[in-house]
Amino acid sequence: MIAAATDTGTFVPRIELGAWVESFISWMTDTFDPVFDAIKTFFESTYDGLAWVLSTPPFFVVALVLAALAFWARGWKLGIGTFLGFCLVAAMNQWDNAMESLALVIVASVVALVVGIPLGIWAARNEHVSRVVRPILDFMQTMPAFVYLIPTVVIFLTGPVPGIIATVIFAIAPGVRFTELGIRQVDAEVVEAGRAFGSTDRRILRQIQIPLAMPTIMAGVNQVIMLALSMVVISGMVGAGGLGDDVVAALQRVDVALGFEAGLAVVILAIFLDRVTSALADRAPVAKALKATR
Amino acid sequence: MTGDSSTTPAPAEAPAVSVRGVYKVFGPKPGEAVRRLQAGSSRDEVKSLGTAAVIDASFDVAPGEIFVVMGLSGSGKSTLIRMLNGLWAPTAGDVLLGDANLAKVDGKQLRALRRSRVSMVFQHFALLPHRTVLENAAYPLEIQGVGKAERQQKAQEALDMVGLSGWADSLPSQLSGGMRQRVGLARALAADTDVLLMDEAFSALDPLIRSEMQEQLLELQEKLGKTIIFITHDLNEAMHLGDRIAVMRDGRIVQIGTSEQILSDPANDYVEKFVADVDRSRVLTASSVMQRPRVTVTIGSGPRLAAREMRDADVTSAYVVDRKRTLKGLVHAEAAVPAAREGVEKLEGLVDPDVVTVHPDTPLAELFAPAAGTSVPLAVVDDEGRLLGIVPRVTLLEAMAPGDNGNGNGDDSNGDDSPESAADSTPAEVLADGDHPTEGASA
Ligand SMILES: Nc1ncnc2c1ncn2[C@@H]1O[C@H](COP(=O)(O)OP(=O)(O)OP(=O)(O)O)[C@@H](O)[C@H]1O
Ligand SMILES: [Mg+2]
Repeated sequence: MIAAATDTGTFVPRIELGAWVESFISWMTDTFDPVFDAIKTFFESTYDGLAWVLSTPPFFVVALVLAALAFWARGWKLGIGTFLGFCLVAAMNQWDNAMESLALVIVASVVALVVGIPLGIWAARNEHVSRVVRPILDFMQTMPAFVYLIPTVVIFLTGPVPGIIATVIFAIAPGVRFTELGIRQVDAEVVEAGRAFGSTDRRILRQIQIPLAMPTIMAGVNQVIMLALSMVVISGMVGAGGLGDDVVAALQRVDVALGFEAGLAVVILAIFLDRVTSALADRAPVAKALKATR
Repeated sequence: MTGDSSTTPAPAEAPAVSVRGVYKVFGPKPGEAVRRLQAGSSRDEVKSLGTAAVIDASFDVAPGEIFVVMGLSGSGKSTLIRMLNGLWAPTAGDVLLGDANLAKVDGKQLRALRRSRVSMVFQHFALLPHRTVLENAAYPLEIQGVGKAERQQKAQEALDMVGLSGWADSLPSQLSGGMRQRVGLARALAADTDVLLMDEAFSALDPLIRSEMQEQLLELQEKLGKTIIFITHDLNEAMHLGDRIAVMRDGRIVQIGTSEQILSDPANDYVEKFVADVDRSRVLTASSVMQRPRVTVTIGSGPRLAAREMRDADVTSAYVVDRKRTLKGLVHAEAAVPAAREGVEKLEGLVDPDVVTVHPDTPLAELFAPAAGTSVPLAVVDDEGRLLGIVPRVTLLEAMAPGDNGNGNGDDSNGDDSPESAADSTPAEVLADGDHPTEGASA
């Protein structure tokens, strides 16, 4: 396992960490094959369904729906901007790619949040969990993003599923962190008030901690979605589909025109997702209540 | 000299809250720390084992009493009060709420006790910002499982009680600090528990609002008769509100007593220093400084007797009371002596009704204005108008100076009113310890 020396000639022993991880992954692949198959089927069908819903109707119908969402979340300016932006995407012939990417982002973000928010709550309430989770998140966040693609490809081969899984892993950290932070930041006296009047912990969580942490949790949701979008582009390298595929293709062919168009479509998607989700954070009841003063 | 409960007047009824030998140590080895403390170690000696926030606290709080816990920052007040509703569990000792021992109940029973027996008002209000004032006030009832219509009605009643009737639909962020704390108070009142815990409830308010809230609390207390445990680091507040006061220092209760006991008989240097800067004029009341009137005569007696009594006592006026000791007024020597000479039988026509009276609970601060408007001592009378004692101006000035009593005679020089007051008051009173006036001189 440990060779005598490295080829650099020094006496540092060569630790085959990489090889261990590799054999661990292949052991996992062999052992949990049915599990991975089930996961793969689940993600694939969810993604396919969503992509179908987004790309089947004429583009302006979907663009109008998204514009209406933006209007509802923030106002008419964002609504109009959204509609024009998505028309531009269609005009650049990137519509189908953009919708596939959007579907990837949505599926990956939902999964990341469904796992991440409860984990964040748990970590906020339990010091041991927090101490275990924190370094893992640090590790996951600092690892170069496309490294996640390698094991996921080994396990799930190519296509959207390894892209989704790698995206979930890459994007989950702020979902956990912001949730934990938000709940820990809730005024201890208010939580104490809940306890002092005889509320159960579960009810305090539901009626006090989560509502008061909501603006912070929503900021985490925004971060998760933005990270997911950036990872979706990277996962074009494994043929996950969407705008990432064109970006990777443009890179390989040194095709400036294609690269610009696909890149601009990503930017439009990013602005739309960012503005809408950050507007949702402002709509949390606590955020609104605090704004009522000014 | 630690003031354990044995040195305090034991409440006659079964206590509403009872604290027995309670310790709270935060840190790695709380149990060991308590054992050392019980064996006589000091707080500093057990520092390595943990922070001893509360050390051997024992006291009983009677139903309907306002019990104030006072001490400097870090003396353990918050920790103590949080053990009274089980937010903290004591490291050692027992806390009893009525007959329920908090150490012996499980989580579910503890929550039931919090819902039914004890509520709390917080220093920084601790309101739910996303809920309206009414919903905040209704929160304890919601936890108690009261139906919506009923809890809104009760919450509205509580808001009415604290003077926030028109604010039910506002959000806490739209209210001023004083109003927010009223919501906090209304919330605790809506819970309708016998015991109310208030941890520095008024400390975050500015002085004017604060004294307004103090008055309101006393008023509500009069009406509702709750048992209140009130934490403060402000001695004036403690003295104003507290039926009894516990002074804490470094986790220990160093004295328990009424405000007057603590002022006049501090248990040690610490308490003495603490009370040195108290505004005595707000703490001491007319009853605590009043003296027994030198001469009182009953309205049925004649001027001859009155004149003789005044001469014997070397004063120039006497208080006239009826058989029930109801104050009728003053009779002056310059009226009584000629009348006695002329053989007048009755005092009645000679009584000067123009005596300024004050209630025994009036703080000294409020005695200065009436005292300035009259040349005779203030008469202290109870609700039925019975004469309890008198407050000469000299006594008033003496009482304002901290320290030992009985040296007030020398500084006549600063009293611009010395001629009259010397004549009317009772200088160098041998009876100045304020015991109750007797019928002595009247018959
Ligand atoms: N949760 C805790 N963990 C560790 N130490 C604590 C904890 N709570 C309080 N202490 C310590 O216990 C001591 C008493 O604190 P406590 O809050 O009861 O004081 P206090 O009299 O309420 O002071 P203040 O007037 O500042 O509110 C302090 O030394 C404090 O540092
Ligand atoms: Mg405190």
